[in-house]
Amino acid sequence: MRVDEAGAALMLAAVARAVLDRVDDLTDADLAIGDGDHGIGMRRGFEAVEMVMEAPPPGIDGVFRAAGMAIMSNTGGAAGAVFGSVFTAGAAAFAMQEEITAEGFTAFLAAAEGAVQRRGGVAEGAKTMLDALAPAARAAAGADDLQAATAAAAKAALAGVEATKAMIATTGKARSLGERSIGHPDPGAISMSIILGAMRDYVAG
Amino acid sequence: MAKPIKKILNDPRRAVHEMLDGLVLASDGRTRRLPGVDAIVKAEIPEGKVALLIGGGSGHEPLFHGFIGENMGDGAACGQFFAAPAPHIVYEAAKAVHRGKGVLFLYGNYAGDNMNFDIGAEMLADEGIEVRTLRVTDDVAAAPPERMHDRRGIAGDLLMIRVAGAAAAHLGSLDEVERVAKKAMAGLRSMGVAVLAGSIPETGKLTFELADDEIEIGMGAHGEAGISRQKLGTADEITDQMMEKILADLPFRKGDEVALLINNLGATTMMEMLVVNRRIRQILADRGITVHRSDVGTWVTSQEMAGLSISLMRLDAELKHYLDMPSRSVGYSSLEAK
Repeated sequence: MRVDEAGAALMLAAVARAVLDRVDDLTDADLAIGDGDHGIGMRRGFEAVEMVMEAPPPGIDGVFRAAGMAIMSNTGGAAGAVFGSVFTAGAAAFAMQEEITAEGFTAFLAAAEGAVQRRGGVAEGAKTMLDALAPAARAAAGADDLQAATAAAAKAALAGVEATKAMIATTGKARSLGERSIGHPDPGAISMSIILGAMRDYVAG
Repeated sequence: MAKPIKKILNDPRRAVHEMLDGLVLASDGRTRRLPGVDAIVKAEIPEGKVALLIGGGSGHEPLFHGFIGENMGDGAACGQFFAAPAPHIVYEAAKAVHRGKGVLFLYGNYAGDNMNFDIGAEMLADEGIEVRTLRVTDDVAAAPPERMHDRRGIAGDLLMIRVAGAAAAHLGSLDEVERVAKKAMAGLRSMGVAVLAGSIPETGKLTFELADDEIEIGMGAHGEAGISRQKLGTADEITDQMMEKILADLPFRKGDEVALLINNLGATTMMEMLVVNRRIRQILADRGITVHRSDVGTWVTSQEMAGLSISLMRLDAELKHYLDMPSRSVGYSSLEAK
């Protein structure tokens, strides 16, 4: 599917619905290794995204930036700063673009990854959402079209979630659990894979 | 699935909002709510005053928003339950308390708070408002001394807010306020013990699990793992274990003068805290450490979590001067020291 400015808003509305459908799963995942507020935080943020997408600002970059601001202003916590930055920083990749291309989508993921690394001061392997985002950014690179790029990213993100089960948390509230965090997936990584999965489904039509 | 925890609330999703309304009313006109954002500021802040902005996730009342008042915070940026406030809340709160002399951000060291307050500080820097940041890292159970930056902020927050608040009210420069607050932080050490978990109103679920006969020494306010999960022992055994870690960490030495703070995490009785206090004072006396002032009460909580924490701050004449100033807020009031 060709994703233009209007399509971008529809896509992010679909992303919001996908996250909202999984709030209880996110709560349970966070209760296992955190304090259990990830689900309700994401609900606050993505309910705001859904509302903003009903009357989005112009430009694909404008649509993504508005989603990021909605997340950052309403989610709170580390998740608000991190997932907000994914969209506000990633939005620049779509400046002056009339549609989302495979290249644009790949640049979006790369910019998002860089922003999260800088803001959170984390690298891959720390059991965070970056362990879904970074492999997704690598997987999307070089794809022939947007459908292939989003499919590759979503698949890599899901594999990244699985990989976080074996990791020991070294940042965030789960850090202090140390080896007790092994066996549980990172809730933020799950959220990242939900977001990319919804993008893939929207593009696939 | 466990039953949801009983709480006296309306819509749990509006609990933070309604709580802040009630908090402002309880201050009898000494604080006000900023329109449109979850932030509380002092009703009157004189021109030319260095501003102190505190804040963090809600659910730890009376921390932080209950500590706005005389010789305490000028404003608080309030997040949802256990979640850091969003950057625009930090930004709006800081703008509202700034009086031309800069703003000191003082908050507990958690990833979410650090990121959101940093983004807020960047927004303020764009407008030429000077911000300094001091993160409270008093929890000795969170990380070894060489990884101080990985330590959480717990009940020592109150002592920090009192010292920094009094310094900000009486010193004319951000540099000086920051210097005093940093000195206070350098001599502050705390540790908690968890007996029962608290819950988040919106999910109705406990934030962690402890067996009926278990406690966890050093557990964080959100259920972050501590240093030892063990069978419940006596008050003296638990106190000895905590004090050994706290005293060795700085270390506190013979001849030191300290502020002692025993904090209830939510549901522990005053009786238990006073029993613990008795043992702490025996230990300190044996070590030749003098208590300049004591606070035993409920200030940094995690909903109905049961347990307590012990904080010690090493004092010099300057820190005593600020800590002895009278404080007045909904969450903490003290008279001028003897």
